[in-house]
Amino acid sequence: MSTIQPIAGELEPHPDVALVDRVRGGDVSAYDTLVRKYDRQIFRIAQHITQNREDAEDVMQDAFLKAYEKLDQFQGNSKFYTWLVRIAVNESLMRLRKRRTGKMVSIDEDIETDEGSVPRDLADWAPDPEQNYNRSELAEILRKTIQGLPPGFKVVFELRDVQGLSTEDTAEALGLSIPAVKSRLLRARLQLRERLSRYFRKKKLPAEARNEK
Amino acid sequence: MTCTEFLALLDDLIDDSVTTEMRADLQQHLHGCEHCEVTLSTTRKTIEIYRSNEIYDMPPGLRERLHAAIMARCKKGC
Repeated sequence: MSTIQPIAGELEPHPDVALVDRVRGGDVSAYDTLVRKYDRQIFRIAQHITQNREDAEDVMQDAFLKAYEKLDQFQGNSKFYTWLVRIAVNESLMRLRKRRTGKMVSIDEDIETDEGSVPRDLADWAPDPEQNYNRSELAEILRKTIQGLPPGFKVVFELRDVQGLSTEDTAEALGLSIPAVKSRLLRARLQLRERLSRYFRKKKLPAEARNEK
Repeated sequence: MTCTEFLALLDDLIDDSVTTEMRADLQQHLHGCEHCEVTLSTTRKTIEIYRSNEIYDMPPGLRERLHAAIMARCKKGC
């Protein structure tokens, strides 16, 4: 089996390279390490796309199994995680299509929407607005808010802003161009901001409200 | 700089990928435009809130169950 070469331009090979090499050499416990390292992230991506907990569980399981089976095809010119995300996104979309009885669902569909492109809610937010809600209320608000976004926007936001991937890695993982990632990210950020404003905007004091009348 | 021009560069400003010269132009616009300042600070906050809160957590039981299922299949050669 060939050894994966470090990614060109990087001085230190990514730690996953050694783990993948060990798996290829027959060390299943190294795969255990990779699964534990990325299972939460893969589960979140699957949740964003399928919006269904059971489907997300299945996707996570299937994506890791498929990646294990196809490990020989992994060239090492991309990062293991971006390669894994690509598998998980495809599995999620397949799952979604099944649920929607064959209706095409795609991550590269460019949704033309003006929502959020021009900020409408210009009220400032309260300082530390999340503190007005308990943990489960806040999680519910954040889930509800992101659920309304198109799948391509949600996944770009998750990869870039929550998981901290670079624009290049996000583009590679999703099979999108760099401008497409950038455009989705801007729209996702602005739409989320607009929608969260409803919960987080500064409450007007009664005196301020009276003055505006 | 207009608000539309500012908005087009909002992501670059948030991601810290603007030139010094561009940053100065953006800062100058921000000083005179409360709307864009609110848009910038609340967009930053949006990202921070999503980053620091787990919205789809995997309970430990589920995680272990899925993990065991994956590893059992892998050991069998899938």
